[in-house]
Amino acid sequence: MNDALARVPALAAQHLLLAMAALMLALAIGVPLAIRAARAPRLAAVVLGAASLVQTIPSLALLALFYPMLLWFGHGVPALGFLPALLALTLYALLPIVRNIVTGLRGLDPAVLEAADGIGMTAAQKLRIVELPLVLPVAMAGIRTAAVWTIGAATLSTTVGQPSLGDLIFAGLQTQAWTLVIAGCIGAAALALGVDALLGLAERAAGQRRWSRVWLALGVLAAVTVAASAPLWAGGGDRRIVVGAKNFSEQYILARLIGDRLERAGYSVSYRDGLGSAVAFGAVAGGDVDVYVDYAGTIWTAEMHRTDTPPRASQVRAIADWTQKSRGVTLLGALGFENAYAFAMRGDDARRRGIATLDDLVGAAPRLRFGADLEFLDRPEWQAIRRAYPLRFAAATPYSPTFMYRALDSGRADVISAFSSDGRIAADRLTVLADPKHAVPGYDAVMLMSPAHRDDARFAAALRPLVGRIPVTMMREANYRVDRDVDKQSPEAAARWLAARLGL
Amino acid sequence: MAFDHVGKSYGEAAAIADVSLAIEGGAFVALVGTSGSGKSTLLKTVNRLVVPDVGRVTLNDDDVAAEPAPALRRRIGYVFQDVGLFPHLSVAENIALPLRLANAPDAARGVAMLDLVELPRTLATRMPAELSGGQRQRVGVARALVTRPGLLLMDEPFGALDPVTRESLAGAVRRLHDELRLTTIMVTHDMAEALLLATRVVVMAAGRVVADETPAALLAGAGGDAAQALVAVPRTQAARLAVLAS
Repeated sequence: MNDALARVPALAAQHLLLAMAALMLALAIGVPLAIRAARAPRLAAVVLGAASLVQTIPSLALLALFYPMLLWFGHGVPALGFLPALLALTLYALLPIVRNIVTGLRGLDPAVLEAADGIGMTAAQKLRIVELPLVLPVAMAGIRTAAVWTIGAATLSTTVGQPSLGDLIFAGLQTQAWTLVIAGCIGAAALALGVDALLGLAERAAGQRRWSRVWLALGVLAAVTVAASAPLWAGGGDRRIVVGAKNFSEQYILARLIGDRLERAGYSVSYRDGLGSAVAFGAVAGGDVDVYVDYAGTIWTAEMHRTDTPPRASQVRAIADWTQKSRGVTLLGALGFENAYAFAMRGDDARRRGIATLDDLVGAAPRLRFGADLEFLDRPEWQAIRRAYPLRFAAATPYSPTFMYRALDSGRADVISAFSSDGRIAADRLTVLADPKHAVPGYDAVMLMSPAHRDDARFAAALRPLVGRIPVTMMREANYRVDRDVDKQSPEAAARWLAARLGL
Repeated sequence: MAFDHVGKSYGEAAAIADVSLAIEGGAFVALVGTSGSGKSTLLKTVNRLVVPDVGRVTLNDDDVAAEPAPALRRRIGYVFQDVGLFPHLSVAENIALPLRLANAPDAARGVAMLDLVELPRTLATRMPAELSGGQRQRVGVARALVTRPGLLLMDEPFGALDPVTRESLAGAVRRLHDELRLTTIMVTHDMAEALLLATRVVVMAAGRVVADETPAALLAGAGGDAAQALVAVPRTQAARLAVLAS
């Protein structure tokens, strides 16, 4: 766990930087907008309505929506990482800022405004000398709310590839490493409380007209934020290699295995964990991620939109051709194991019901409850399986992977969409149902490299020893070391164990 | 200064209709009328807090609409019932603010103005919320006069004060009018106050001027029915008080 906890300060710095950048941008947009809106009731209705609408979008979805929007926008605008996270959080921070300033300006004593006009203030003087100072306490309350919301929602930026304390929370949830989850939560809470306290100090000092204290509090906040950005401007020359990982244990382990190889070859390496499945391939094609492991069937169905199921070897060759030609992404090779979607049941339950294949499952399905992982029910593989096997379950519920196995174990689900390389299949004595009609394509784990490394012989040489070397039994054991409930290992430790077993 | 066929309507209702009036320098004019008679609206056309639909207002023969409103207002003192002190500024800062606007900041003069309105200088650093109603209105008067304007507009300046405070502040205003040789226009609904303070009483009803007399002439029965109805109120009160006393 210490490997991961050591990342807290760096992640907290990134987290703070992102949240403060979003807050500043929201202020730059929100303050002028609110001032205009306070004088124009119709504009106010539109602006406040739009800002409220944004709040009703779950922040996770708001972040995810910016990825396709920026992708569509194109023109070299990065669709992943800092920019989408910044834009989503800025939108999120706008409402409390705009609402409080508009409410504050509208609630000012009419006598004070009449006096301001009466003694001959211009509109600008009235704003600067009277309206803004008087609205400051209400505005500050809104800004503090925005700051706390932004810091909280910034944990979700992990899903669009922007490192934050959410990395720890998501990784911890996936691998049931609760210390990581708690570390991430406490880190984010501490940031929120710290920023709120400093802003509160500035607000109280402003109320007492102690300006040096106001500047001190804001100065501390600015200094900490600038310090948090230090890693960005320190290492400009030597670009770090970014190893991507989706959001489950096997991906974390393989990312560390790849990262360790690259570090030994002299590269400096950082990790982008918890990428959404749909986002990962775009990330490597766009160069936001240098290398990651994906699965043949995922590219085949989701990116290439193919529905046929050729033999595994020719499928991998076809994918390598396609990724190279269409996106400039190099498929370095298959690692040697498959992580396919596999329907699994409790072993004793499957035996008692006499179910060994998906064909057997069709008749029993209406009496069974299906537990799927979060994305499976929307994936083309599920459509393909239903075309081949007309499955109608009594209920279908999505779970995060860890809880999916728990649901099967506890009887809340009778069939799950397991992963064939999952260590829990053997450990929990699950029966994997056969697919006699070959409805599901092959899911060989393959290493994909960004266009920048197409002709990078040193890079490829560092990773080529992994090609074809990892049998599924060994991957299952490595996964189980991270996923098991007792004596858990970190993905880093499991990666080291795997490297040792492979003789690397 | 002069009003020349000035009119202002809000929708269908005319607040003031065809008012023409010339006011000589040094006059203390009371604009008297019942609520809704248009007296406040007429007053505010002078410093353009209200812009008339028709007619024009002139100051030393110049149309008040000829220059930017802030420049005009900085030359005219304005006091109104709610005072409108800036709650985030100290008493001295409030008084000196018009000097700051005119790019001639002078904090000492802000404090010195307290003497003029008979307030102790110790109040200079207080915040408006710490003052009594009468003190606040005195600060309002000081703020209106800090730039030494020739014209002072007052809109129900004593309306929110208790009678004792009212009486003493009215005396102070009259004294300032004389000492600073101001031209003063004061809106009030209190005919007794108008008669006792002003050199000229203009009575308004339904947006029009219905009487324009000296206090003495009004007390002698001039000005018509509407004006005499207003004069009758304090006169009857005085008579009843005299009866009670005897």
